[in-house]
Amino acid sequence: MNLHGTPLSIAIFALFVALVLYLSFFFARKAKSAAGYYAAGGQIHWAVNGISFAGDYLSAASFLGICGMIATLGYDGFLYSIGYLAGWVVALFVVAEPMKRMGKFTFTDALDARFDSRGIKLAAAISTLVVSICYLIPQMNGAGSLVEPLLGLPHWVGVIIVGIIVIAIVSTAGMTSTTYVQFLKGGLLLIFSTILVGFLLVRGLTTDPTSLPGEDGKSLLNVPDKATAAQLAAGGLVQVHASGDLVKFEKDGQISWWKQETDGTLWKTQWTGVGLVNGSPDGLLMPVGRLTRIGGLEGTGGVQATGSVTPVEFLAYLTHPDTRIEQWHQKTVFDEKGEKFSVHYPKTVTGTEEMKPGVKFKVGTTWEKLNFVSLMLALFFGTAALPHILIRYYTVPSPACARKSTIVAIAAIGFFYVLTLFMGLGAATSGTVNPADNNMSAPLLAMSFGGVLFAIISAIAFATVLGTVAGLIVAASGAVAHDLMDRFGGMNLSEERKVRAGKVAAFAVGIVAIILGIVFKGVNVSFLVGWAFAVAASANLPAILMLLFWKKTSSAGIVASIIVGIVSALGIILTGPAMFAGPYGLRAEDAWHPLGQPGIISIPLSFLTLVVVSLMTPGKRAR
Amino acid sequence: MLHGPAQDSGPDPASAYKTRLGVGMFIVYCIVYVGFVLTNVLSEGRAMQTIVFSGLNLAVVYGIGLIVFALFLALIYNHLCTRKERETAGGGEARS
Repeated sequence: MNLHGTPLSIAIFALFVALVLYLSFFFARKAKSAAGYYAAGGQIHWAVNGISFAGDYLSAASFLGICGMIATLGYDGFLYSIGYLAGWVVALFVVAEPMKRMGKFTFTDALDARFDSRGIKLAAAISTLVVSICYLIPQMNGAGSLVEPLLGLPHWVGVIIVGIIVIAIVSTAGMTSTTYVQFLKGGLLLIFSTILVGFLLVRGLTTDPTSLPGEDGKSLLNVPDKATAAQLAAGGLVQVHASGDLVKFEKDGQISWWKQETDGTLWKTQWTGVGLVNGSPDGLLMPVGRLTRIGGLEGTGGVQATGSVTPVEFLAYLTHPDTRIEQWHQKTVFDEKGEKFSVHYPKTVTGTEEMKPGVKFKVGTTWEKLNFVSLMLALFFGTAALPHILIRYYTVPSPACARKSTIVAIAAIGFFYVLTLFMGLGAATSGTVNPADNNMSAPLLAMSFGGVLFAIISAIAFATVLGTVAGLIVAASGAVAHDLMDRFGGMNLSEERKVRAGKVAAFAVGIVAIILGIVFKGVNVSFLVGWAFAVAASANLPAILMLLFWKKTSSAGIVASIIVGIVSALGIILTGPAMFAGPYGLRAEDAWHPLGQPGIISIPLSFLTLVVVSLMTPGKRAR
Repeated sequence: MLHGPAQDSGPDPASAYKTRLGVGMFIVYCIVYVGFVLTNVLSEGRAMQTIVFSGLNLAVVYGIGLIVFALFLALIYNHLCTRKERETAGGGEARS
């Protein structure tokens, strides 16, 4: 797909960036002290903090990644929404008030509050940096993906723009400016996502979506051709290769790939490879995703349309067993010459299949069941252990305010996650899924309602990245300047020098984020966020929970559990099928083990390590 | 050097009550969440396609229900915590 920014989208984007920078410089005078820089002076109102939590938490993975996953996989993407939100229950009921009572500026402060252990300072700071960097990479990547259609600029330029703006936000007023940028972004995201879903429900469902209009005003929606092998042969197409159910044909040197069904039917695919897109050097992938039948509506011939629907009717029509939805999946294949092709092919599913787990997260075999449980475990326990979320508890005046801001966050984030189901399914049925990059599904759905909504939603999506990256950089700079330099290194910095060290650290982390964002171009937005949750849940949560609820917890136990959590979670991920099939470019079957999600092993292992080591080192317990 | 909080919020006599309440509610939510995971795993996805009401299946109702239930429990938790804080002379009460 080839989308260019309009003057309107560029104007809205520029306006938003100007507003963000104005806020940052306006609040710069409040960031003179360490408390002002790292914790916004602890004077943020709980309601503002609650929406800022939402702004911090609803990252590119939530907005772009989940909507994209629902658009291509149906209900499976919504599992992330459920798990991400459930994690806030752990944060509210177990972590919020104790974290506020014990900590000062960083997550490390809270863990170390009763020990004064150099080991905890070092381990917790490293954990903060690892989790923050795992989280930073996909955010920067998402920014690059957004800037391409929004401003018509290359991916790397988008990453650099985000990096520069975020460094400006964080290095001017630290947590204060970060808070108000996140508040602004969280509020706008909720408002305009609601408007987008409202438009979607008013339009209703149809088997003939308007989709995205081309330059001639006609829909760009890709409706795949269907044929039999005999029909293709009669048309002069010759089969030259087959890779599983994907078959390569040629006619007069022109390549085409077809997907063969078990009944012999062939569906024309979209593909990229050997420098061509759909057979042409300047070809484009066309948007996909449509309903071919709406169950429960009278009449099955011709175009079906529901007209305006309520939220329940919208979901019920899609759930109907007679509904048929054309999903598009992707496979990498090699032809007879060993050339690599990326083939995007249609797969029609029933409403029943679309609206329940199972397209991606199957639960047939034991390993599949373990993977599913492991994913839900990491999502549940990851939230309350994310350092950039935990530091927001220090920006409010009291433990009661920490609690109340968490409840506002649950309301805002929960509401948004329900909207993701509608936005994702809306994109899946409106012909607004880019087969090569499902992360753009929500902005493209907005585009089907006109350029204004697309411009606003895209600018907000960009702001989504800004808000989250700013929070991550504050957390990472706190780990470097406050935990490592001041506390672990024993430099005992003055207030002024601690703020300056934080700003320098923010600058350095920002540069690292820019470089990683460019290097990791193309990695799925939600991929590394899953890592971050698994590592946070494995490394940090056992330490937090046991410190709060087990009196025999020792400093050595905490250090050991953090290290074992990081190493085991990362080790399982790096040797698992997702890495082999993805970044390593190998076959998933060659992975050392079939476990894609580490939580089910690494979280209990981290707990066990803490208990065993604490029992072995009874003399170093909390004061 | 120990790391004190950025803002000293003083002693909180309601702290023990809030901790017990929080752990209790966490366990309740855990049971409902584990129920969702196990329902899917043990029935190998089949139970999730059961239509529950108004054409909505168990996957949608249970999934959205988990989100709504979290907010419901959160509001009850806050109500009970706030009441206890008032009873114990406002230690830890919100100052903003």
